[in-house]
Amino acid sequence: MTVRDLANIEEFKQVSDMTDTEITKVFCCDLLSIAMGKAPAGSAWVTVMANVNTLAVATLTDVACIILAEGVSLENDLIEKAKEEGIAVLKTDLSIFDSALLINKSL
Amino acid sequence: MAEVMELNYTISNEDFTRAGEASSDVKKKLKQLGVSPDAIRKVAIALYEGEINMIIHAYGGKITVTISEDAITLVLADKGPGIADVEKAMQAGFSTAPDKVRSLGFGAGMGLPNMKKNSDEMDIKTEIGVGTTVTMVIRI
Ligand SMILES: Nc1ncnc2c1ncn2[C@@H]1O[C@H](COP(=O)(O)OP(=O)(O)OP(=O)(O)O)[C@@H](O)[C@H]1O
Ligand SMILES: [Mg+2]
Repeated sequence: MTVRDLANIEEFKQVSDMTDTEITKVFCCDLLSIAMGKAPAGSAWVTVMANVNTLAVATLTDVACIILAEGVSLENDLIEKAKEEGIAVLKTDLSIFDSALLINKSL
Repeated sequence: MAEVMELNYTISNEDFTRAGEASSDVKKKLKQLGVSPDAIRKVAIALYEGEINMIIHAYGGKITVTISEDAITLVLADKGPGIADVEKAMQAGFSTAPDKVRSLGFGAGMGLPNMKKNSDEMDIKTEIGVGTTVTMVIRI
């Protein structure tokens, strides 16, 4: 499943621009240095942490996309930044657990 | 890639909005140079953690990245408070990060262990009240 396919699932809403990157895995974590060390390249990273550092970690680890759970979103200037840097960001009202479950089921 | 290339960055105090810029820039340059993705990822992780530590725990500082034929050397020098007990600081989970930055997702106490894990050599020189210099070598 690609990031664009994920955005077609009802529960997930597009925040920045989608890509055709293939999602290989799901990764859940809110602590940035753990995500930095452990997030697999190509994974869908589910988190409630939505700040500029989330974007930096996503770029540096080459995750396929960021999923903001629990109704969290990005501020407008960060949405612009995500678009500029080509980071696919989605959001959902689901919990981290339910988001991960749904993505995993759809892989 | 015969000649040695040097990149320099100045990291300013408490500049979270720009945190990661040096690492992103280095990542782009290494990609252009055709360095292996595995080595690039290691450099990116090690440098980002070091960059953030300079912002959170010191007052910013200077980063020098030297790219030679067989290795990338990262030197992060700050004039911060220094580290009282390096061995303790290196332990996974040890953190003195204030609440303000914990709420941003920092403070897992995994930065230094990540830097160690992703580099082939790592050295910390530190003096209380004077500053800290972290040197990391990633072989390519
Ligand atoms: N440049 C530095 N100057 C002063 N103290 C430092 C510096 N770098 C690290 N430290 C000390 O070492 C501790 C451990 O650092 P480490 O990067 O492993 O964790 P952290 O920064 O607290 O949290 P995390 O990196 O997981 O977000 C810090 O909490 C701090 O006390
Ligand atoms: Mg740290």
